[in-house]
Amino acid sequence: MMDNAIFAVGSLIVLAGAVGVVATRSTVYAAMSLVATLFGMAILFLTLQADFLAAVQVIVYAGAVVVLFLFVIMLVGIDRLENLRTDPLIGQRWLGLGAAIVVAAGLLFAVLKGTITGAESSTAKPNGRSENVIDISKVLFTDYLFAFEITSLLLVIGVVGAVALARRRPRSEAELVDGDEPVVTFVDEADETDETDSDEAIEEHA
Amino acid sequence: MMLLATVGPEAYLGVSAILFAIGVGGLLLRRNPIVMFMCIELMLNAANLAFITFAHELDDIGGQVSVFFVLVVAAAEVVVGLGILVAIMRRRPDATADDLDVLKG
Repeated sequence: MMDNAIFAVGSLIVLAGAVGVVATRSTVYAAMSLVATLFGMAILFLTLQADFLAAVQVIVYAGAVVVLFLFVIMLVGIDRLENLRTDPLIGQRWLGLGAAIVVAAGLLFAVLKGTITGAESSTAKPNGRSENVIDISKVLFTDYLFAFEITSLLLVIGVVGAVALARRRPRSEAELVDGDEPVVTFVDEADETDETDSDEAIEEHA
Repeated sequence: MMLLATVGPEAYLGVSAILFAIGVGGLLLRRNPIVMFMCIELMLNAANLAFITFAHELDDIGGQVSVFFVLVVAAAEVVVGLGILVAIMRRRPDATADDLDVLKG
């Protein structure tokens, strides 16, 4: 009975947070809803005896990732309200909603009609054991060692890429004009149909 | 183990499916690039929940290790993606996803 209550609370937090991410107009509120979803997910992880991943979920996701989101929101100053009523592509709202409902129906069909099959575990059986971290690390550093080492390469690439993207390149005037040209023509073309007046003004000054 | 005796894996997988669909819907409906990014995170989390549910149901630690790798990849993806967003937003602060159809900077 207690377990049911924990599951109900956790999944309620997860789904309410997810709806908040999608439905709120303010980007900051969306980030806060994302925190709720990630915390609820950590609760569900705990009920499934994934202790280590619950802790990592809170530290990495709710800690690092959402802080990064908020930092970018504040840095580029797009924390203004978005009008959710405008429908720039005709029918995008209904097509998108329909696609989401189709995805939900397909996944729920697979969940409810499917049966869970699987081979006997060859590595470690986590259920009912308290040494979750030990189990994970043993498997991680034996069977998945190559993948683990490759993720370090991925992280290095990510860091280098982020630095290269965020750095302001010192460019000469001629290069600047050349680089700007495609964007300027794009704005001119779109000018008749789209309301990108502010964009255009920025491009003109750049 | 005791928990799944009462709730059952279908409930967890149902939450995962609904969460994934919410993420898909948000990605298709919203035009703010940062919110679209958050919706991708929702979908990744839905996949993680399914992984851990199966890890528990099949009593196999491999699902939890997979989630570990998904977390690493998601962190790297967020760093690079937000870097790209900052680079775009610095030049065009009002850009929505519909405006970004020119790949050349």
